[in-house]
Amino acid sequence: MLWTAIRMLIGDFGKYLGMLFGVTFAAFLMTQQGSIFWGLMSRTFGFVTETNQPQIWVMDKRVQFVEDLKPLSETTVNRIRGIEGVEWAMPLYRGLIRARLSNGVFQQCWVVGIDDTTFIGAPQTMIEGRIEDLRRAETVIVNEEGANGLLARRMPDGSRIPLKVGDTLELNDRRALVVGICRTIRTFQTQPVIYTTYSRAVQYAPRERKILTYVVAGLKPGVEMTAVQNRIAEATGLKALSQNEFQMATLSFFLRFTGIPINFGISVVLGFVVGAAICGQTFYQFTSDNIKQFGALKAMGAGNSRLLGMILLQAGIVGVQGYGLGVGLAALFGLRSGLGQKTLAFNLTWVHLGAVGVAVTLIIMFAAALSLVKVMRTEPAIVFKG
Amino acid sequence: MSEWAVKCSGVTKTYKTGGQSTYALRGIDVAVRPGELMMLVGPSGCGKTTLISVIAGILDRDEGECTIFGEDFKAMRPGQRTKFRGLNIGFVFQQFNLLPTLTAAENVAVPLLINRENRGHAIRRAKEMLERVGLGEKVNSLPSRLSGGQQQRVAIARALVHRPRLVVCDEPTSALDHVTGERVMDLLKDVALEDGRVLVVVTHDQRIFKYGDRIAHMDDGRVTHVDAPEPANETMGGI
Ligand SMILES: Nc1ncnc2c1ncn2[C@@H]1O[C@H](COP(=O)(O)OP(=O)(O)OP(=O)(O)O)[C@@H](O)[C@H]1O
Ligand SMILES: [Mg+2]
Repeated sequence: MLWTAIRMLIGDFGKYLGMLFGVTFAAFLMTQQGSIFWGLMSRTFGFVTETNQPQIWVMDKRVQFVEDLKPLSETTVNRIRGIEGVEWAMPLYRGLIRARLSNGVFQQCWVVGIDDTTFIGAPQTMIEGRIEDLRRAETVIVNEEGANGLLARRMPDGSRIPLKVGDTLELNDRRALVVGICRTIRTFQTQPVIYTTYSRAVQYAPRERKILTYVVAGLKPGVEMTAVQNRIAEATGLKALSQNEFQMATLSFFLRFTGIPINFGISVVLGFVVGAAICGQTFYQFTSDNIKQFGALKAMGAGNSRLLGMILLQAGIVGVQGYGLGVGLAALFGLRSGLGQKTLAFNLTWVHLGAVGVAVTLIIMFAAALSLVKVMRTEPAIVFKG
Repeated sequence: MSEWAVKCSGVTKTYKTGGQSTYALRGIDVAVRPGELMMLVGPSGCGKTTLISVIAGILDRDEGECTIFGEDFKAMRPGQRTKFRGLNIGFVFQQFNLLPTLTAAENVAVPLLINRENRGHAIRRAKEMLERVGLGEKVNSLPSRLSGGQQQRVAIARALVHRPRLVVCDEPTSALDHVTGERVMDLLKDVALEDGRVLVVVTHDQRIFKYGDRIAHMDDGRVTHVDAPEPANETMGGI
């Protein structure tokens, strides 16, 4: 009988394709939009993700997300070093500074100042040069994207000459010599990233009373994180977050205070609703077209549970195939548009695959339920109706 | 086993739709012997379809008694009822009701599959059955590729393939032209009536009355009288 169900389904090729299209569409849109959403969202805390040496980030109590800059006084580093359970603590500067390119163009850049001796907070992947080159005077390391993009020299004919090792730029009227190119996670608003030492960053930064952005710290082995966090809060009145807490705080800020989740949410919901509508409607039509045949099967001795099995199998086939196609297409899309230039934020995780799987299951159950109600209600006696 | 294969007495059935009641059967008394082809005839709306639906266990009667091969559908649980139908009853419908996306052989195999027979075996038996109704060449054709008469022959093969003890046919010839209709009836009589099998055929096509062993005339929800076909028709049938 199950084989008969498959033949019924595939035999009605137009409707089969219709249903398949509905599920594929939904799975594709939900996966693709979800992945881009997550790609964008993970960029918001990308800086915290790639600065992975510290276990604790100390910041002003009012800081809500990574780019919410509320500087601390310079003495904070030593106060944190004095707290029980803290193995080490280093200053970290992060701020937007105007860079002047050799052709006179200005460009806002994120400047990251890392500890002069330990280089804690340094980028993880160097493409050219070494992090130690920062020990030389007036030196900076620029991220690949910035060097090839917004910091590149634009020629009259429209071509771009990337910023290279050995080039110079000016940060707040001070010379900065490029000694390395590194790879970083794209920043949310795609500004270039410039790494330098903390003491040099202080000179580049605009004159202000307080410059220090974060104190980053490591724990002594075996010490409990929350205990240290509480001690820091008590002793300094500052907020101490773990890497994960800082990421989630940033994410939560963007989720709550920007329209981004709503926009993507609408697309995902649209995918779900449209997919469910197409699939449900076509499946219902398929069942309705075959209702006398289902009635005949009932009369000939197929009970409701047999018919239930047939309909679930038909729906299941469409669901599995549509899920595979939709997710596959979305992944292909992500590969094509994401891998080369890394321009599109696309981050497809197992969580997505699971969530889309659940959504597709719901669509399928919805479609099957509509048809089931119709078939279950059908009296076998309708088979004799002209 | 009782003398009667099908026995109904005092069967009533009322359809209630909205506030309206239609008295479709008002006390039916009819009985069919093993090996007999019983014609059920009468004007439109007299309750023929309702009666064979009750006999075949796809519709519940309101009152009266009705047994087939000594069994009463009303005494069975729904699951048993379905199973009993699957094993013992074959159906031929006016509109054929073949599954449009299945080939002739696959359609004929359906009752065997419902009775959980293995697929290869079911398809083999279906092909044999199609040979017997003269459609050996068409086993792989889709119903849409067959003429009305051929489709009805597929439906007859499907009604017989699982060797049911009772076959019910509702207007098996009314969607067919006269010559094709007679061929279908010849076939039913030849192939279906063996091993004491019972056929109940509903029709208001007078030209096929002669195929019945007996004819039950119905009017307004009752069986008015039962007789044998006229001898004149009998000779015609022999031509
Ligand atoms: N499902 C139903 N709901 C309500 N009334 C019904 C239903 N089925 C049949 N009837 C009514 O019951 C009566 C008997 O119907 P039935 O179909 O048994 O007649 P019939 O002899 O088969 O007629 P025909 O020769 O036109 O097929 C008719 O008056 C019909 O309108
Ligand atoms: Mg009728």
